[in-house]
Amino acid sequence: MPTVEFEGHTFNVDEDGFIDDFKNWNEAWVRHVKQTEGIEELTDEHWKVINVLQDYYKKNGIAPMVRILSKVTGFKLKKIYELFPSGPGKGACKMAGLPKPTGCV
Amino acid sequence: MADVPKPEELAQIDHRPPVFKPWMDSPPEFKEGIYCYGAKGKNLEVVGMPNARDWNPADEDWNLPDNWENIVKEGMDERLGRFRSFKLFMDICVRCGACADKCHFFIGSGDPKNMPVLRAELIRSVYRRYHTLGGKIFGKLAGARDLTEQVLKEWWYYLYQCTECRRCSLFCPYGIDTAEITIIGRELTNLLGLNTDWIQAPVANCYRTGNHLGIQPHAYKDMIEFFVDEIEEVTGVRVNPSFNRKGAEILFITPSGDVFADPGTYTAMGYLMLFHYLESMGLDITWSTYASEGGNFGYFTSHEMAKRLNAKMYAEAKRLGVKWILGGECGHMWRVINQYMDTFNGPADFLEEPVSPITGTKFESAKSTKMVHITEFTADLIKHGKLKLDPSRNDNLVVTFHDSCNPARGMGLFEEPRYIIKSVCNNFYEMPPETIREQTFCCGSGAGLNAGENMELRMRGGLPRANAVKYVHEKYGVNMMACICAIDRAVFPTLMEYWVPDVDITGIHELVANALILEGEKERTTNLRGEPLPGMEEEEDV
Repeated sequence: MPTVEFEGHTFNVDEDGFIDDFKNWNEAWVRHVKQTEGIEELTDEHWKVINVLQDYYKKNGIAPMVRILSKVTGFKLKKIYELFPSGPGKGACKMAGLPKPTGCV
Repeated sequence: MADVPKPEELAQIDHRPPVFKPWMDSPPEFKEGIYCYGAKGKNLEVVGMPNARDWNPADEDWNLPDNWENIVKEGMDERLGRFRSFKLFMDICVRCGACADKCHFFIGSGDPKNMPVLRAELIRSVYRRYHTLGGKIFGKLAGARDLTEQVLKEWWYYLYQCTECRRCSLFCPYGIDTAEITIIGRELTNLLGLNTDWIQAPVANCYRTGNHLGIQPHAYKDMIEFFVDEIEEVTGVRVNPSFNRKGAEILFITPSGDVFADPGTYTAMGYLMLFHYLESMGLDITWSTYASEGGNFGYFTSHEMAKRLNAKMYAEAKRLGVKWILGGECGHMWRVINQYMDTFNGPADFLEEPVSPITGTKFESAKSTKMVHITEFTADLIKHGKLKLDPSRNDNLVVTFHDSCNPARGMGLFEEPRYIIKSVCNNFYEMPPETIREQTFCCGSGAGLNAGENMELRMRGGLPRANAVKYVHEKYGVNMMACICAIDRAVFPTLMEYWVPDVDITGIHELVANALILEGEKERTTNLRGEPLPGMEEEEDV
C-alpha cells in the first residue's frame, strides 16, 4: 500500500489517495488533502462538512448519503462542489478520512 | 486515476483490426482508465477467497501461487465437468463473427479482443490446447496455445471488460452465451485471488452486513426514516414503513443503492409512497435490515459466492414467516433470481405462490421463485384501476425507457415497465428498435464495472446506449431516461453528462410516486426532487 509523508506523519493510502483507516485520521491529513485538492483556504464551512461527515460515520460506520449531508449542513450540492471541487465523495469524504462507498453507487 | 479523454477525442474509434499482427502475437497492454484496481487482501480474506493479499494489476508480479497453472487447469477441468453449457460453448463456436459488432465495448473501443468471439477465443484457445486432440498435437496451427502468465493477464484484462449483458448471445446462431464464458473465466481468475476491489469490497460488505455498501441495521433504518421525513415535506403525508416485522405477508427487497445513491433514493421514496397508498387496501409488507440488498456482486465473482450472498433472501423470508417476496427495481438481481435462486437456495416450499392482496392476481411467472418484480405488481394495480394517478405532474418530462440488460434478456420483462410509464407520464418516446427490448444496449458499467478508475472504459462501453438517447433527445426532446436497475441509476448520470448533457435519469417508481394521489395529501407544488411541478414554477419563484 502506498504511503504519504506529510508534516512528519505517515499515512497509508489507497490508489485514489483515500486514507486506509479512519482511526489514522488527524488534522495534518486535512491539510494534506487541502493541498492535493487545490483548496485555497480552509473555512468554517469546510469544517462544518467534515464534522458532519465524521459524526455520521462514527454513528453509522458509513458516509451519509449526499442528500443527508446537504440537509444537515444546509449546503446544496452545488455549494459542496464549490467547497470541495472533487465533490462530496472524492473530495469531502477523502478529507474527512472516510472510505469510498462501493456497490451500485 | 487516469484522466478521461474528451468526448470528441474518444469518439474517434478505429474498428479495423491490425492486418499483419495475429492476435496471439499481440500481448495485452494494460491501459489506465480501462481496468479496475485489484482486490484488497482484507476483502478477499473475509469471505475466504484464495491467495488473499493486496495486489495491483499494473505490477509485473501479481503474487500468484507457485502452482497457479495447475490451479487454473484443474479449475477448468472441474468446470467442464460441472457445466455442460461451458463445454458446449468451448466446442461449437464456428467463429462466424455474427457477435463481433454487437458488443458495446467493441463498438466503443475498436479493440478486436472486445469482439465477443475473440474474448471467448482467449479462453477457448487454452481449452483446445489441453482438451482437444487437434490442439494437443498441432498447437497453434489448431488455434491452441499454452496457459502462460501473459495469457492469464490477457484473460483478466478482457474478462473484466465484459458486462455479461448477453447482447452478443442474442445474435449467435448457435445460442452461445458468451456471458457464461465470462462468468466461468472470472471464476478461474478468482481461484488465484484476482478479483477487482470494486467487486470484492461489496462482496465482503454484503457478507458482513447484508448489503454492498456495508450499511448496518440502525443506519439502514435511519436512511429510510430520512425518506419518510422528505415524503412528508413534499406531500404532507407521513408514511409508516416497518422493518423486520414477523408475520408480515410480503417481504420487500431492493438494491441498497436505492437507499443511498441519487437518483435511486427518489425511487426508494416512490416504493414507500406506493406501499403507504396500498396499506388501507390490504397491503401488509415489511422491509428487512438483513436482506437489505437485492444486488449480488458475488455473481460477478463465482457461482459459489453468488449462492452464498443470495441465501439471505430466502433465509429472511423464512425467519419472518412471510408468504412471498416483492423485489425492487434491480438489474442483475433478477437474473440471479430467475435463473439461479431456485436451485441455489430453493426450493422455497415454505413460501406461497404470490397473489396480489389488492387485485387477487396470481403471478404465474413467480410460481417457482415466489418473488415478484415490482413493475409486474404495479402494472397489475394500474390495469385494475387501483391507483389514482395524475400523469400531468410529470408533464415537464419527455421520457424514454432503457431496458436494463438482465430484466430484459434475463427474464423477458418488456411490457410492464412501459405500461406503467405510459400510465404515469404523458410524454413517452422509444429509442430505435435495434437498441431496446431484447436488443437493448448495456449501460457499459454492469457486472461490477461501475468503478471510478475505469471511467474511459465506461464511457466507451456506454457510447451505443448514449447514441440512441441522443437520437431521441434531438428528435423528440427527451429529457429523462427511466430504467429499472440500481447500477443504471448510478452510472447513467455520469454517462449522460459525458455524451448527452440535458438528459437526466429516474427509476420508474419515482415517476409513479409523482403521479400518485395520496389520501389526505396537501396541494403538491414540487416533485420528489423538490423541483416545481409543471405550472407551479412561478409560485416557486415568489
